[in-house]
Amino acid sequence: MSLLEVKDLKVRVEEREILHGLSLTVNPGQVHAIMGPNGSGKSTLSHVIAGKPGYEVTGGQILFKGEDLLEMDPNERAAKGVFLAFQYPVEIPGVTTWNFLHAALNAQRKARGEDEISSPAFLKKVREVAKSLNIPQDMLKRGVNVGFSGGEKKRNEILQMALFEPAVCILDEMDSGLDIDALRIAADGVNALRSPERAMVVITHYQRLLNYIVPDVVHVMSKGRVVKSGGKELALELEESGYAQFEDAA
Amino acid sequence: MNVVAKTETGRALGDAFAVVRDRLPGKGKIADQRREAFEAYERLGLPHRRIEDWKYTDLRALMREVLPLAPAPDAAALARAAAAIKLRAIDGVRRLVLVDGAFAPDLSDLGNLDKGLSIRPLRDVLDAGDNALSVQAIATDVSNPMLALNGAMATDGVVIDIANGTVLTQPLHIVHVASGTAPASMFTRSLLRLGRDAGVTLVESYLAGEGAKAYQTHDGLIVAIGDNARLDHVRLVEDSIDAFNISSATVSLGAHAHFNTFGLTSGGHVSRYQLTVTCAGEGSKVETNGVNLINGKQHADTTLFMDHAVPHCASREIFRAVVDDRAHSVFQGRIIVRPDAQKTDAKMMTRALLLSDDAEADNKPELEIFADDVTCGHGATTGALDESLLFYMRARGLPEKEAQALLIQAFVGEAIETIASDALREVAIATAQRWLKARA
Ligand SMILES: Nc1ncnc2c1ncn2[C@@H]1O[C@H](COP(=O)(O)OP(=O)(O)O)[C@@H](O)[C@H]1O
Ligand SMILES: [Mg+2]
Repeated sequence: MSLLEVKDLKVRVEEREILHGLSLTVNPGQVHAIMGPNGSGKSTLSHVIAGKPGYEVTGGQILFKGEDLLEMDPNERAAKGVFLAFQYPVEIPGVTTWNFLHAALNAQRKARGEDEISSPAFLKKVREVAKSLNIPQDMLKRGVNVGFSGGEKKRNEILQMALFEPAVCILDEMDSGLDIDALRIAADGVNALRSPERAMVVITHYQRLLNYIVPDVVHVMSKGRVVKSGGKELALELEESGYAQFEDAA
Repeated sequence: MNVVAKTETGRALGDAFAVVRDRLPGKGKIADQRREAFEAYERLGLPHRRIEDWKYTDLRALMREVLPLAPAPDAAALARAAAAIKLRAIDGVRRLVLVDGAFAPDLSDLGNLDKGLSIRPLRDVLDAGDNALSVQAIATDVSNPMLALNGAMATDGVVIDIANGTVLTQPLHIVHVASGTAPASMFTRSLLRLGRDAGVTLVESYLAGEGAKAYQTHDGLIVAIGDNARLDHVRLVEDSIDAFNISSATVSLGAHAHFNTFGLTSGGHVSRYQLTVTCAGEGSKVETNGVNLINGKQHADTTLFMDHAVPHCASREIFRAVVDDRAHSVFQGRIIVRPDAQKTDAKMMTRALLLSDDAEADNKPELEIFADDVTCGHGATTGALDESLLFYMRARGLPEKEAQALLIQAFVGEAIETIASDALREVAIATAQRWLKARA
């Protein structure tokens, strides 16, 4: 069974249709890249998969391990193993990263009928992951993303991904705002999480990221549809010829 | 005589006052003061919305009448009170308990008083006859009907004196417990006098014993903080959900004195807390902070009157209200800077978080500045929880209520943080968490 299946998805925002029948099938172990110009609907797709309120699904389906994802609350989706690394992670003043992650992890475990993880065990786990991503300890004591640089925010997203061990990871423009060193650290973090059971959907505007996270499948999105799919060579092709050729196809 | 005194309510209570009058402690001058105070109350009647200070808290509509005086607690009432106190016990404090308006020596810790600390029940002080202290204890601002009523009817309370230079490490905890099973009123009044260079932490809490119903707490606190002395004050209102709590505190600060107060209201059906603080000595410092956590049909009003009478004083107010369902939160903060009070530094920031469409929060900050060389400011905001934060948290697996709880805790945390004692900060956090848990 495929892990994530988006079938002919139609989505409206404020009376305007943004996705016009988008389909995507992601199998375990695969890395898919979704490329496309600004405004083509990439973030909209990621938000709808994660369950953000304010989007009206007017047609189609999203199945996760065969279950109807659209019927679930965002927190249920997270507990089942859907993870979205946000293009713009929010700042949450007054809620320490540490507290937030512990509460979130335990909420997921509880939803799955697993035991809660104790503070010491959690501490150990977070420390290990933070270290591998070059995240200093004191960042965990601060409010979630408060005063973090762009790069730190993105690393914090990867940290959470590593901690929650989701089945499907959707990374929305994780390369935006990162310099080359920060990008490399983040990409290493993502690559470390690749496994035969897990799938990734890497959303990006630029081919550059795909030099570090090498995809199995590349989709080109334009105006709310997937207009072309292919292997990793498609990304390189795009880099040379640009998105203009697909504008008409859409 | 004013028409107001002709209300049913005024007459019923007037009869009640005539009945209980002889039972109230204090004769001679004290009895005269009580009568004058009661007459003032009768003239004014229960405050209503056309009186500016009571605009948002119309007691004629919300409370309708003042209930008769509660009988002194019997053994069963004291036992229920003891059980209620146990549930909310705070470690390491010296507890002073008032049950149904009477000091309860058996539930209080009066042993091994520190040197420089004196604690007496108000009733004893008043029964001792006229003297400067007893007269001061029952003295009343008769322009406020509810303060006047409290002065007229006060049955008991605690009178605490802390000698010059005495800094107590053990907090004092005045616990007000309503324990009677029939609806009734309690009138209490306490005094705290801190000498020069003295220091203490005072906690006050309001609780209900099992079965206490629709009672009314009318409490007054009078505090004088001596030169260079410091008072830390934490007030927790956890009255039963059908109770009324109409309280006031009047605090004056000497030179270079410091007053840090924090109030948390999560209980009670209708509560009004009127705090009047006067910087009477130069260089004094005031921090008044508070949190309302209310839901259902609760109504909670904090009315602050900050009086800068002399130069070089500073005051800070941080107030946070979290209002759910059809509850109504009121914060009125008036800062007055008198002509002599140059170099005053006064700031007030109030924020309200509305958790439902029917929730209401009124913020009324007022600055009256008569000096020209001052730094004063206030700000007030009202809003809902940020949807984008909630979605982020839910996308990480937190159910909606849990995500809200974390955001609410952060929101009130800014006010709770101002509590100086680590242990009492934890008590306030635990109280807030209880409220959050109950709504989850
Ligand atoms: N909340 C919203 N309200 C109105 N329009 C929106 C909203 N979110 C996205 N859009 C519109 O939907 C289109 C797709 O946006 P988005 O999904 O962010 O694209 P991408 O991530 O590919 O840049 C854009 O035209 C954008 O203006
Ligand atoms: Mg986007």
